[in-house]
Amino acid sequence: MNRIQIVVVLLLIAILLAVPMAIKSESTINLAVYVLLFVSLASSWNILGGLSGQTNLGHAAFFGAGTLVTRTLWLSGWNIFPSLLAGGLVAVALALLVGIPAFRLRGVYFAIGTLALSQILYITVGNTLPMISSLPAQDLAVYQLAPRYYLFLGVALLTIGAGYVLVNSRLGLGIMAVREEEDAAESLGVSALKHKLLALSISAFFGGLAGGGFAFYHVGYYPQLTFGPEWTFDSMMMAYIGGVGTIVGPIIGAVFFVILRELLALNLAEFHVIVFGTLFILVVLFLPDGMIGVLEKVRKAFARR
Amino acid sequence: MLEAYAQNLVYGILVGALYGLTAVGLSLVFGVTKFLNVSHGEFLMFGGYASFWLFNLWKVDPFLSLPAAIVFLLAIGALFYKLLFGRMVKLAEGVKIQNTLLIGFGLSLILQNLALRFWTADTRSITTFYSGAVFAFAGVRFPLVRVASMVIALVVIVALQLFLRRTYTGKALRATVENWEAATLMGIDIQRVYLLSFVMGAALAGVAGALVSVGYTIDPAMGMGWTLKSLVVMVLGGLGSITGTFIGGLVLGITESVTGLALGFTYREVVGLVLFILVLIFRPQGLFGTKEG
Repeated sequence: MNRIQIVVVLLLIAILLAVPMAIKSESTINLAVYVLLFVSLASSWNILGGLSGQTNLGHAAFFGAGTLVTRTLWLSGWNIFPSLLAGGLVAVALALLVGIPAFRLRGVYFAIGTLALSQILYITVGNTLPMISSLPAQDLAVYQLAPRYYLFLGVALLTIGAGYVLVNSRLGLGIMAVREEEDAAESLGVSALKHKLLALSISAFFGGLAGGGFAFYHVGYYPQLTFGPEWTFDSMMMAYIGGVGTIVGPIIGAVFFVILRELLALNLAEFHVIVFGTLFILVVLFLPDGMIGVLEKVRKAFARR
Repeated sequence: MLEAYAQNLVYGILVGALYGLTAVGLSLVFGVTKFLNVSHGEFLMFGGYASFWLFNLWKVDPFLSLPAAIVFLLAIGALFYKLLFGRMVKLAEGVKIQNTLLIGFGLSLILQNLALRFWTADTRSITTFYSGAVFAFAGVRFPLVRVASMVIALVVIVALQLFLRRTYTGKALRATVENWEAATLMGIDIQRVYLLSFVMGAALAGVAGALVSVGYTIDPAMGMGWTLKSLVVMVLGGLGSITGTFIGGLVLGITESVTGLALGFTYREVVGLVLFILVLIFRPQGLFGTKEG
């Protein structure tokens, strides 16, 4: 980053920090919470799906595991921060359960494994925990939106920051080298297995933290909800629409998604999936670099004059 | 107690035949085109609804309407091949697999939500006058409809094997699985072979879906569960082997229903994941595969 970029980023963070003090409308803050939640989800999916090029069809498993563990521990009396950490770590454990056997082989095994993990958790959690998870009355009485907002802001900034540090580190270069040409990377002493597992663990950890944030934020939901395939779809769709494999792309994708969803009033899940699903397929087919790629092309076209 | 296990074994085999039939469709497409079509389960759902509406609106017997379900799914398969999957034929293999996974996943959610929009979330099933018919043997019950479905699944698998082994087109498909570049050099039209295998895979899903709507239930969200079982079965049986895949389906069906009885049906879905991970660790070429997948 150059100096101007650093100033812009710091300014943006300052504005985001001021949001709950400056804005009194609860619905606006709720909207901001959702933007931050989706930024975290898309950015964490991107660390594996974009940077390492491994297709994860089960990000909902990590998000859901984070929600379930954090909610359970927090409601049983733990402080929220260790509960969040535990949620993230359980998500990593689940990820490794599938990742270690699947990454030893090449091909489609990892995608199948992650899809299997998330769908099976979705069904099993629905079977075992059919009751709604509501905050107890004494918690509801003191419920405040601002701490939830700041928690999500923290999770989102941590996720983006982790991605940024990773991209500029030796490990991140290794991860991207494995994505580009696995055999060449291996021949230079870069262990494909190790780098894929590292990207997976980071991705799952932050997916789990986003889930923990949801558990702290949401007043009442069915435990099965957060394991649903829509969460996986939303994460990868936002990453692709914004620009997969970049740090800024998933952020743009998430902001675009939440705002467009509000504007079109696509609150019914079925409509939002139909509209954004079509958009997603068009982007994968025709604009594989997403909005970032389009902007870059426009910028280059002007720069050439 | 022993009778309960025998009964569950039979139920497991009967449902496993449908897992196998569905997975064979997915595996055929993957073997030929290297497209992993994650919306395969939604194709199955369409087959189920085709059969259901034909029965519900015009009282067409679900076993007689099987050809209609096949034709319907051939058309759906051709449509999505032309619209989406056919565009990825020329991509490098890694990108091809990744893009078909992403597009298939998106498509599966779109189709699922369209079905929800038009046909509601209600669980449906076809109830004919013979639906309740059961024959018993040594204290074990055999529901007539499910046994008939298994027979049809077997006939379809045998017919598919004959087609692949005896006909010129079938041999072209198998040649493409082995080595598409060599197949092209021998004058095989790859585009046609890809299209053909894709629509055949869709048709197999359609048959399976129609059979599911008679012996079991259908609903808009059923697709992903069936896709998942097919994927697990495909890995279990060994990528590329049709007989192995079908037997893999039986293995999954039996394991699910027997462990379900032993450990409780709340956790029956976990069986698929455990089997999948065990195969990956101990036998990645699948139970019946011959070489590295």
